[in-house]
Amino acid sequence: MSYIQGETGDWEIVIGLEVHAQVISNAKLFSGAATAFGAEPNSQVSFVDAAFPGMLPVINEHCIEQAVRTGLGLKAQINLHSVFDRKNYFYADLPQGYQISQFQQPIVGKGEIVLDLPDGSSRTVGVTRLHLEQDAGKSLHDQHPAKTYIDLNRSGVALMEIVSEPDMRTAEEAGAYVRKLRSILRYLGTCDGNMEEGSMRCDVNVSVRKPGAPFGTRCEIKNVNSIRFVMQAIEYEARRQIEIIEEGGKIDQETRLWDTTKFVTRSMRSKEEAHDYRYFPDPDLLPLELDPEWVEAIKSTLPELPDDKKARFIGEYKLSPYDANVLVSEKARADFFETVAKGRDPKLAANWVTGELFGYLNKAGKEIEESPVSAENLGGLIDLIADNTISGRIAKEVFEAMFETGEKAADIVEKKGLRQVTDTGAIEASIDSVLAANADKVAEFRSGKDKLFGFFVGQVMKATQGKANPALVNEILTAKLKG
Amino acid sequence: MSLDKATVAKIAHLARIKVPDDELDHLAGELSQILTFVEQLGEVNTQDVPPMTSVAAQTLRRRKDEVTDGGYRDAVLSNGPETAEGFYVVPKVVE
Repeated sequence: MSYIQGETGDWEIVIGLEVHAQVISNAKLFSGAATAFGAEPNSQVSFVDAAFPGMLPVINEHCIEQAVRTGLGLKAQINLHSVFDRKNYFYADLPQGYQISQFQQPIVGKGEIVLDLPDGSSRTVGVTRLHLEQDAGKSLHDQHPAKTYIDLNRSGVALMEIVSEPDMRTAEEAGAYVRKLRSILRYLGTCDGNMEEGSMRCDVNVSVRKPGAPFGTRCEIKNVNSIRFVMQAIEYEARRQIEIIEEGGKIDQETRLWDTTKFVTRSMRSKEEAHDYRYFPDPDLLPLELDPEWVEAIKSTLPELPDDKKARFIGEYKLSPYDANVLVSEKARADFFETVAKGRDPKLAANWVTGELFGYLNKAGKEIEESPVSAENLGGLIDLIADNTISGRIAKEVFEAMFETGEKAADIVEKKGLRQVTDTGAIEASIDSVLAANADKVAEFRSGKDKLFGFFVGQVMKATQGKANPALVNEILTAKLKG
Repeated sequence: MSLDKATVAKIAHLARIKVPDDELDHLAGELSQILTFVEQLGEVNTQDVPPMTSVAAQTLRRRKDEVTDGGYRDAVLSNGPETAEGFYVVPKVVE
């Protein structure tokens, strides 16, 4: 357990997260308007989304399926009976004057998420619930000095609000929670998890307490839109609260914002009074009843999820928990690795994928889907190492060329003449010339300076442009130096 | 059930309706009468009846996930008091 050191001793942070995840669907939750990102303003708005009088919501069955699929992926209870309520508040981008949401009877109940922490350990965080609701429109404040511009394209798009228990104790755990949830949603295909485009947004609840004491008063930091900001906002907010309490003050329960330029949280005063939402069941919508067989049918189509895949990678391929985590965090990475590992040494495959490949992709700012080196071609390179055509060192040079050109390893080796020299006669000849040119060092070696062995190996490799088989060099050199 | 002035003022604020103080008493009376009228429903025993029960046995209608609506921006914007470049325009609402 990690605490924060204050003036009056240790403090513990208590964190709960509410994640709004946009459901992947063609049409909106209660209307037939499109959901695609980046369209012309107000071009994907129906009269339902703009709340024209007399318009009635009709639920999109695919959005229900996506919520159930997500619930199953979180090992959560699926509620066969759930209810839509109206959450009443006024804002310029909410034309109905209420959001259709689920309050007391959500579609998904308690579940869990296993966090994979950087040290390789795991920790389970409870999920309180998941419910379906409408997104609001988008307000643009920077188009005009005195006006706000409203785009309703997002109005009515389906969101899943996923609420965690207050189970997290550090900013790292909160970061790991968002990463893992995003990974699960992407595996399930229920949310694209793109935080920059706003398809995943996070409200962070933070309070502090002395270890073992009851929960303190919490503050909610709204609409944080990256994992890095979630972690920074928690660190800042915890310190702010500790300082206030230690100076004899008390925390007001309030809504705050993360200021991404000043790196502070600040109060959103206008929201304070607005918390009387007057929820009541939406009279336009009957309760949502699910057929248990339908839920079972969805369950049978779930893919292998990150936790199961990780366990399989550790068991089947004998990978370390760390490597397994890195590989299963995205399905595309895991699939790539499995193609490379098929019929090859899995540990070697994992090293090449997580080491060279991820390093180069990272540097080039590319996703694995855009990798110039295909899984098949990386496998081909590993085969060349395995059958001694090239050494591990030359392989790195070949990989660099593969990444630049997308060519096959064997073609590059042929073209550049990088084939490993296994002809003992040729190796012997270069060793002889190295020894002849360094007679003084040979004498020193023979009088006991063992460390010089590495120097000779280096000289021989240099003379052969790194192509000499290292095992043969060692063997022949040892024999000659002793002789 | 009768409402006091403070409750009426709060309801007015939540509904964003401006009500002068000298009208609160009058409105408190009217709203209380409405509540009393609706409270007659309390005479009906609904103990074993779930909320949202319908007189006709029907289930929530569902729609396929197909784009069948939208794409008529001018019509959507036509009632907006102010519009520009395809947006609704409202007084600045950011702090």
